[in-house]
Amino acid sequence: MDKSHTDRSYESQLSSLRRGLLQTAGRVEQMLESAISAITERDAQKAREVIANDALVNRAEIEIDQVCLQILARRQPMASDLRFISLALKMITDLERIGDLAVNISERAIDLATEPPFGSYAEIERMGEMVCQLVRRAVEAFVAGDAAAARQLVEDDDAIDQLYTDIFRYILREMIAHPDRIERGIHLQSVAKWLERVGDHAVNLAEQVIFMVKGRDVRHEGKLGSREE
Amino acid sequence: MSRPRKPTIELPPVVSFPDDQTKVRARGLNAWFGDKQVLFDVSIDVPSQGVTAIIGPSGCGKSTFVRCVNRMHELVESARLSGEVSLDGESVYGADVDPVLLRRRVGMVFQKPNPFPTMSIRDNVLAGLKLTKTLDKSTAEQNVEQALSQAALWNEVRDRLDEPGGSLSGGQQQRLCIARALAVQPDVLLMDEPCSALDPIATAHIEDLLHTLKEHYTIVIVTHNMQQAARVSDMTAFFLSGELIEFSPTSETFTAPRHQRTEEYITGKFG
Repeated sequence: MDKSHTDRSYESQLSSLRRGLLQTAGRVEQMLESAISAITERDAQKAREVIANDALVNRAEIEIDQVCLQILARRQPMASDLRFISLALKMITDLERIGDLAVNISERAIDLATEPPFGSYAEIERMGEMVCQLVRRAVEAFVAGDAAAARQLVEDDDAIDQLYTDIFRYILREMIAHPDRIERGIHLQSVAKWLERVGDHAVNLAEQVIFMVKGRDVRHEGKLGSREE
Repeated sequence: MSRPRKPTIELPPVVSFPDDQTKVRARGLNAWFGDKQVLFDVSIDVPSQGVTAIIGPSGCGKSTFVRCVNRMHELVESARLSGEVSLDGESVYGADVDPVLLRRRVGMVFQKPNPFPTMSIRDNVLAGLKLTKTLDKSTAEQNVEQALSQAALWNEVRDRLDEPGGSLSGGQQQRLCIARALAVQPDVLLMDEPCSALDPIATAHIEDLLHTLKEHYTIVIVTHNMQQAARVSDMTAFFLSGELIEFSPTSETFTAPRHQRTEEYITGKFG
């Protein structure tokens, strides 16, 4: 079993930071799920709730940044504590961005709810489920300190990228076949793009978890490697 | 939901160096005070280049280790040791090694500044040199200026070299002790908690000095202050209960330590 810090107020500061991150992660996950169902169920009210919740995420970002700066200045954290603070600073930024993307999706949901449906939403729904699952798995890997799960998640993001390409082509075909659907099609393409970006943020979260657990920076490993070759 | 924190980095916790990069080498070093063993089978290669910090809780053997390097350990009546310590590949415990000459090559600065209080600043610097050779006046003056300059004290005392060492501030006294140690042109400078009695400004002066001195000397600094070890050293050794637990590059020790016990110590988890 892991030992606690001898200084209990430090232990409590770190625990409270961790709780704050998890609460924000939970809220962002919920916002994302609601934003996706607001699109597929054409539910403008649900979309408005997502937009309202964003203020809480923004506030949490500021609070968590402040707590991290206080810990850095007053505690000079080291080793896994230092990596945890580094993770917290980046994780809250990614979570806040996911919140913003959920808001963007919700704003499109409000617009689309007033229009007739655009063909099938099945693939968007599937992509939404995959993206939500990716975010959930990243948070679970953080909770469990599971670097292997985080690494798997990084690889699974490729499937989302592929699905995005498929959806893009589907929407394009629909717009060519039905020019009256172009405006709705563009909205939906944006939604798919934002979902794909959420997947990228989930990958960021997973890479940070690997760094926290392993002490090793795995960001851009493939890309940097190919550039150096 | 306990925070995941066990480092799983699978690297050997004690780094070693090849012969040509090692200044001080210990192998299987054990040390005792009477019946109490204080060092257990310590093997370490202190590299020639850079600053090596030794950290660990009180009583972990860090000061004893450095005192074994310049044979000060044996000055305590009940003390003894076994194992090997070498300097540039030659045993410091060889039958033909004169401990006094060894201590010229391996200088030491202590926790509390200990200049000779009534002796002049000039004579303090020359005290070590005068033990082993006679100096003419101009050589002596050159040595004084050089040592005080290296210790970043020259500009502050050049006009008061005849004043007593005890008239200086604590930080200046410690730099005077460093100048005294440097005057004999050692290979290695051992510093046993050199800043623990100093204020933050005097500490910053000493730390700044270390960055310059490490270009010319092998420096080993024992410190309780982990932030200081992180700031000034290139390699960090962590001792616990007389054992060397980890010896790794400082850039890794404080961000991703290799040993679980190092992790617990530097993050403040004891007991």
